[in-house]
Amino acid sequence: MKPLLSALALGLSLTPALAEDWQQVLDQARGQTVYFHAWGGDQRTNDFIASVGDRLQDDHDVTLRHVRLADTADAVARVLAERAAGRDSGGSVDLIWLNGPNFLAMKEQDLLHGPFVADLPNARYLDLTEGSANTADFTVPVEGLESPWRLARFVFTYDSARIAAPPADMAGMVDWAAANPGRVTHPDPANFMGTTFLKQALIELAPAGTDLSLPPDDDSFAAATAPLWEWYDALRPHLWRDGLSFPENESIQQQLLNDGEVDLGMSFDPASAAAAIADGLLPDTVRVHVPAAGSIGNVSFVAIPANASNIAGAKVLANALLDPETQARMQNIDNLGAFSVLDPARLDDAATAAFAALPTVPALPSLQDLGPVLAEPHPGWATRLTDAWQRRYTR
Amino acid sequence: MAAPLHKVRSLRGLGGTLVALLILLPVLFGLGHSVMAGFGHLPVLGVKGPSLSPWQTLLAQPGLWRSVILSLWTGMAATVLSLILAFGAIAALQGHAPRLRRVLAPLLAVPHAALAIGLAFVIAPSGWIARLLAPALDWSRPPDVATLGDPWGLALILGLILKETPFLIAILLAASSQIPLRAQMAAARALGYGRAAVWLWLLVPQLVRLIRLPVLVVLAFSVSVVDMALILGPSNPPTLSVTVSRLFTDPDLHAMLPASAGALMQLGLTALAAAILWAAMRLAGWCGRAILRRGARWQGLDRALAAPVAMLALLLVLAGLAAVTLAVWSIAFSWRWPDLWPDRLSLATWQRQSAWLPAAQTALWIALAATAIAMLLAVLWLEGSDRADRPGLQGWMRAAVALPLVLPQLSILIGLSGLLLRADLSPMAAVIWGHVLFVFPYLVIALAGAWAALDPQLTRTAASLGVGPWGRLWRVKLPVLIAPLSLAAALGFAVSIAQYLPTLFLGGGRVATLTTEAVALSSGSDRRVAAVHATLQAGLPWLIYLAALILPAFLHRDRRALKGEPG
Repeated sequence: MKPLLSALALGLSLTPALAEDWQQVLDQARGQTVYFHAWGGDQRTNDFIASVGDRLQDDHDVTLRHVRLADTADAVARVLAERAAGRDSGGSVDLIWLNGPNFLAMKEQDLLHGPFVADLPNARYLDLTEGSANTADFTVPVEGLESPWRLARFVFTYDSARIAAPPADMAGMVDWAAANPGRVTHPDPANFMGTTFLKQALIELAPAGTDLSLPPDDDSFAAATAPLWEWYDALRPHLWRDGLSFPENESIQQQLLNDGEVDLGMSFDPASAAAAIADGLLPDTVRVHVPAAGSIGNVSFVAIPANASNIAGAKVLANALLDPETQARMQNIDNLGAFSVLDPARLDDAATAAFAALPTVPALPSLQDLGPVLAEPHPGWATRLTDAWQRRYTR
Repeated sequence: MAAPLHKVRSLRGLGGTLVALLILLPVLFGLGHSVMAGFGHLPVLGVKGPSLSPWQTLLAQPGLWRSVILSLWTGMAATVLSLILAFGAIAALQGHAPRLRRVLAPLLAVPHAALAIGLAFVIAPSGWIARLLAPALDWSRPPDVATLGDPWGLALILGLILKETPFLIAILLAASSQIPLRAQMAAARALGYGRAAVWLWLLVPQLVRLIRLPVLVVLAFSVSVVDMALILGPSNPPTLSVTVSRLFTDPDLHAMLPASAGALMQLGLTALAAAILWAAMRLAGWCGRAILRRGARWQGLDRALAAPVAMLALLLVLAGLAAVTLAVWSIAFSWRWPDLWPDRLSLATWQRQSAWLPAAQTALWIALAATAIAMLLAVLWLEGSDRADRPGLQGWMRAAVALPLVLPQLSILIGLSGLLLRADLSPMAAVIWGHVLFVFPYLVIALAGAWAALDPQLTRTAASLGVGPWGRLWRVKLPVLIAPLSLAAALGFAVSIAQYLPTLFLGGGRVATLTTEAVALSSGSDRRVAAVHATLQAGLPWLIYLAALILPAFLHRDRRALKGEPG
């Protein structure tokens, strides 16, 4: 009760000042053009961002320019190159969609503006209490330097017309792949989805008592991954292309699933299968599958580079992304289908009703179908997994 | 003549200064930045050199040596095969040069990325060829055969050949107008040599000397290509260029150090490839002369000329299929194995103009501006050289032209974007400048030959009639050169449309062109919207090429020798 009271007291004392400050931000933002650097590989996400831009223009006279990245690291490299040239303000990147390793890299290099999240009016709909999913990005403390905007959950996709559901755990995948030689693959672990596949297996296969939230060292990594490599050595010969080459990312693997070249896809967006079906990008018999013990989940964030030209505009955009109306529109499968980051307990009745009224389709799992969320390991695990995989399997 | 001589000097000087300031020096500064970072000096990251640790990190990359060998192998195989095919094709089809040029022009204009996206679908295990074969071979599912991204890089080599052969043929057609081809052929035929033998003993050695730089450019490009290698090449490990570009975009910013070392290694690899090619050509020349001295007429060899023609036809069919693929995918709704044709067509992707129109407009304006600036620079320099009575492609200008093409783009671009930020240039201007860097060399290469081959009698006659230097340029040279000029402009336009890394890096991601969008979308799951961008990316340069072919023919419809159709 005591933390709640103090939070309430803090909230009361801050509210008028906050409103005043926010009006200042809105005034500054008016007429600005915000360059939002975000991965551009998904047309529905691109369309949704464009629709947010339309609202932003109408409501706040802020123009949104979506810079479509092939790889988020391009934007990180960009900000660094600007700092290399001594450009500490007037930078070309105003807002970045990022998380995990890219966030860690920017935070460690001191390339981020903020903390700013608590200043956003719509942050009141977020669960920002210590330990919530919004306060740690791949176990790295967020510290108000990035604002959440959508939930990500690791899921498998498969064509139910061609095969039965994949095995209930990662261990079962070896026999399954052996029974379907050349029909199973995963994205290259140089790509985050490929790494996530390995992390999902690591979480399931690591010896009891392994704490993946701690940064790994040589010994703990070797001990934790020994069963993983044993499993993977058994799996690999049965993979697509004899396990010698891999799709670059999950989108290309989805294309392979659509082309009938493989039977398994994977995604960080549980709605992606339903969306792809509606869009003609997957057969309508594709379904989502989650391992029985649950799957890795994380939150997608947006962050403002320290040298951004349009910091006020970027904040207005980050706030607009958290608007309950925007979030409900985002979770609507007809638009995007990505799960909202807002805390249902903090929504008013109208917003709650809007979420409850969202349409559903057969390929779209409910939050209950997805089972428990497995926490992301510390980013150090992903880096080491990628390196170790490449050392072991790249000749 | 004293006053005109002074003016002559200043025009050449002006052109030279502009080229040095706009192209040569920035490239060298960019390279310098890479050398510093490659040897561990990058103060902004708090790293002070010199040190060898970037190289150690680079060499510790998994599969690095295989990547190096892959780059060398794919680049050299593509270059040598393209060269052989190009020589074979013009030897067999010399008499049909205009038609050959017209057939190849569209292919020449297609950007690498667009062609790669189309070709990938044609040759994929679930692609058009496999679907055609499926009923006969009873394939219920696509075969698990690596026809794409194979470990040997064969698909990448095919893609490169598809692009480089037409380029080399175009260069050879231009170069062969510089030698007395018909007279030599007639004389050698009279001595009893077969057509193919005349080419081998007499014409190829002369032409090789004329096209050394373009061949080196093809070689350097093929050894260091990124976009095509990503789409068609092996992935585990990929080619060195892909490894280096991945290092550069690694979230761990310190990976920029080994990436810079990798850029230098890429440079060394290009030099090694050039040395090997040079040695091989010397050896071939030596063998050729040995055979020639024995007096063999080799008339039977003529029949072998059918082989390159057949190969060229096959390449054209593949390229045609790739182009059609792009067009069909752009209007498909869903198109799955084993259907030969989409089960549902839809114009939805095209109708969503906001998805492609801005990128198309941006690409168009950048290409027009970059080509115009580069053309101005090239004409300024070549005309200045002409008036100074010196060859255009000589000395340091050779280096200025070669450097941007021979150096891997990645190795100079990070340094260049650093330089540009200090100059506080708008992103659009920076991108246009970046494109000029790579368009200008192509224009000079394409035009220098034509300029040198210009009949001096024409200008001498004009001068004797009292026409001044500018009058001679405007009223004699440029009209006479309209065919090579318009083809060069079309080439420059196509080069600009195809640029990926300069647009992304110098534009800071703020400038979205058809190419940056197509490449971003090719790593997505929607082949249709990628196909729309690739179709436009291929279509725009194609239209410009068409105009470049029609324009001289129309302007000179009553002047046979000026229609740009030698022979």
